[in-house]
Amino acid sequence: MEFKHKHIIALRDLNKAEIELLLSTAENMREVNSRDIKKVPTLRGKTIINLFYEASTRTRTSFELAGKRLSADTVNISTSTSSSTKGETLSDTALNLLAMKPDIIVMRHSVSGSHYYLANKINCSIINAGDGAHEHPSQGLLDMLTMKDKFGRLDGLKVAIVGDIAHSRVARSNIQGLTKLGSSVYLAGPPTMMPPGVERLGNVTVCATMKEAIQDADVVMMLRIQQERQGKTLMPNAREYSRYFGLNPENVKWAKPNAMVMHPGPINRGVEMSSFVVDGDQSWILKQVENGVAVRMSMLYHVCGGELE
Amino acid sequence: MGVEKTVILDGVGIKRALTRIAHEILEKNKGIEDLALVGIRTGGVHLAHELAARLAEIEGETLPIGAVDITLYRDDIKSLAPHTPVGKTDIGFSLEGKRVVLVDDVLYTGRTIRAAMDALMDHGRASSIQLAVLIDRGHRELPIRADFVGRNVPTSQKEKVQVQFDDNNRPVEVVLEK
Amino acid sequence: MNLLIKGGRVIDPSQGIDEVLDLVVENGVVKEIGTGLAAPAGAEVVDAAGRYVVPGLIDMHVHLRDPGLEYKEDIVSGTKAAVAGGFTSVCCMPNTKPVIDNKAVASYIITKAKVEGCCNVFPIGSITQGMAGERLAEMGELKETGCVAVSDDGKPVANAELMRRALEYARGIGIMVISHAEEPALVGAGTMNEGYTSTELGLKGIPRVAEDIATARDVMLAEYTNSPVHIAHVSTKGSVRLIREAKARGVKVTCETAPHYFTLTDDAVRGYNTNAKMNPPLREADDVAAIKAGLADGTIDCIATDHAPHHLDEKDMEFNEALNGIVGLETSLPLSLQLVRDGVLTFQQMVERMSCNPANILSLGRGSLKAGTPADITVIDPDAEWTVEPEKLASKSKNSPWLGAKMKGCAVCTVVGGKIAFNRKA
Repeated sequence: MEFKHKHIIALRDLNKAEIELLLSTAENMREVNSRDIKKVPTLRGKTIINLFYEASTRTRTSFELAGKRLSADTVNISTSTSSSTKGETLSDTALNLLAMKPDIIVMRHSVSGSHYYLANKINCSIINAGDGAHEHPSQGLLDMLTMKDKFGRLDGLKVAIVGDIAHSRVARSNIQGLTKLGSSVYLAGPPTMMPPGVERLGNVTVCATMKEAIQDADVVMMLRIQQERQGKTLMPNAREYSRYFGLNPENVKWAKPNAMVMHPGPINRGVEMSSFVVDGDQSWILKQVENGVAVRMSMLYHVCGGELE
Repeated sequence: MGVEKTVILDGVGIKRALTRIAHEILEKNKGIEDLALVGIRTGGVHLAHELAARLAEIEGETLPIGAVDITLYRDDIKSLAPHTPVGKTDIGFSLEGKRVVLVDDVLYTGRTIRAAMDALMDHGRASSIQLAVLIDRGHRELPIRADFVGRNVPTSQKEKVQVQFDDNNRPVEVVLEK
Repeated sequence: MNLLIKGGRVIDPSQGIDEVLDLVVENGVVKEIGTGLAAPAGAEVVDAAGRYVVPGLIDMHVHLRDPGLEYKEDIVSGTKAAVAGGFTSVCCMPNTKPVIDNKAVASYIITKAKVEGCCNVFPIGSITQGMAGERLAEMGELKETGCVAVSDDGKPVANAELMRRALEYARGIGIMVISHAEEPALVGAGTMNEGYTSTELGLKGIPRVAEDIATARDVMLAEYTNSPVHIAHVSTKGSVRLIREAKARGVKVTCETAPHYFTLTDDAVRGYNTNAKMNPPLREADDVAAIKAGLADGTIDCIATDHAPHHLDEKDMEFNEALNGIVGLETSLPLSLQLVRDGVLTFQQMVERMSCNPANILSLGRGSLKAGTPADITVIDPDAEWTVEPEKLASKSKNSPWLGAKMKGCAVCTVVGGKIAFNRKA
């Protein structure tokens, strides 16, 4: 199996075999993370710029560690230190960074599709660390890897995703990846948070209630709800949201007894998930974070190959 | 032009060579105390299991066996285009104080062995690393020498040497392709 | 200058003419149409054999960006693009800097167009002062100066009371109100049509109902105030239905659509193509079908381009940040001819929607080849094949979704006021 992409911008752009390759490499990357010397020389001499136009702790740290464990030199640029506040265009910023000869730019940006725009402008590899409401491929991959850890497969799994699907790049990447690998995705959330035509993205079912979505599910993935982000019109308040779409020790029983509970973080305890579930036996949330580094090592490794034809 | 294939070592020959190497390992290490085998993926791993079986027959004890994938330690990542998969490194025991016998099928430039040794170093400080190979075909590019060799085969650089395994990962024969 | 346009197929829906005829122009007006006409003294002869000869095309919705935004377009470059596209008259929208909300700006445009322009330019004044949506502009003086309509195009008049008063006041003056029909609260931060494509691309959508609601409101206000209203750039099936029903009830509503709304769907946005970003946004296949049906049955009166030039720097950026709008003057005719080839419109109907109807709606005294009318004439080669190349576009801006696309049909000769304003080199 060969990986022929210079960039990883969206799981939508990858086929089943390519996603499987990224996951399999990630599985094998975990060995590096488990030993005393957590470093391999693979990307020695490579330069990775983490360009973050949106605040992020988890993803940025995870990409940074991934780069460092592969021996690349990593530099972080976040909005507070970039020129974007001085009115420089994305294209100019990128061209300036390019003059420093990075091999990979890992970027998070609030505008959907900005990575494609950038990819047309510059000649280094680009990895998407989240763009608007479009995709967050590394999160999708690490979620899939975590599910594979538990079930040994993705084919035939019932995965429920609950929350604000419309504004979620995590949901889109999971839908794109999971449905390509044979899982069935069931979505639940208030209709105000359900984007039109989402069932056409793959093997996706939009459910009227949370119960319908998580009934007999193998995986229950809860999305973050923020009053600021969802605005004033998508829901009355966190309290009512939690009542109908929050995961708690009672409704988690609708899922299969061995179902795993996931969350991309950061969690609003008591809103989309009760602490009992977050810290409970079925929670795989910390394993997700752990898998994040391995998945990102895999992504960096696979875009950093030789010259592509 | 068709590829010309010559069998340079048959199944019986392989068995004899491995048995001899097993004895040599024991002789050199004066027993199997603190001994461990680590095969280089993929052929070396299969051969490590073969050697372990023979050592167990002779000594009545099973040695720890590990597998090392050297992809992440290669010095030619740029030429891996498009990218190759990363295999699993699986060393389920501590290397501290171990006398490790690294096992590979064919010794050629020595670069694979360099990478494997670096990988082993990152796993822990073995008390020594020795090298066992089924075939040494020459053309070294690094100062590396095997401690145990099944057979020395003079080759040209255009030729290919392949150790064939069956479905159960047992060695079948060694083929020289011209 | 006198002209003899010889042997072309003359199509003039205003007189019900469709036959191969000669046409004589004298002193800037159409003198005569007939067979075997002789060239008047000193006349230039245009051989129109195999070509169509039609009343000069009129684009009632363009942005010339002059004054104030000349880096995108100006009256000279914009009218050059117009005549290259076969247009003899354009009506320019008031969202210039400053806004066309007073006599001075309107006069500037009219004067500059007369002196330097290649075709007739009819300014459209704003509905509200500064297009701020608060106080009515001086519509009376705007009309006296030469404005043919008022519009806050680019922005809706969000306040229904203000729109009601604008319609009433404009009726008193006798000037048409052109509505940019959009409910801003529903548009929000949307950047493309809300639908499956926006879901897949993760872009915030603009629902079709944002246009439908505003169309419904303005149709109802027109009905209530017994005033005419013209709905600009209709893009949704809902708007078409509402206007069709209103017309059947006798409401004085007219409307236009643009070539991109009957040619493209929101699929064109894929790849985050900023040259497919405009407002209203490209819709879906059923909207395109409804627009075509509306054009065919006369619900939609006009084809106007909403020619909206933007500098490369305003388009070459992240999708959300890029400005709305595309240039259209030079691609409108071939795209409309495609409707004729596809059997959606007859050639006559196309000419009505691109010349007669806009002339009548805005009382321009044009859109006809009757003897005595100003000699605005477009000679069309319906079969010429060409490729849209940015460097060959006359417009200063190249923000077209059809760059590199093959087109069929073009204007070969554009006559404005009896003078040849554009002659396509073979």
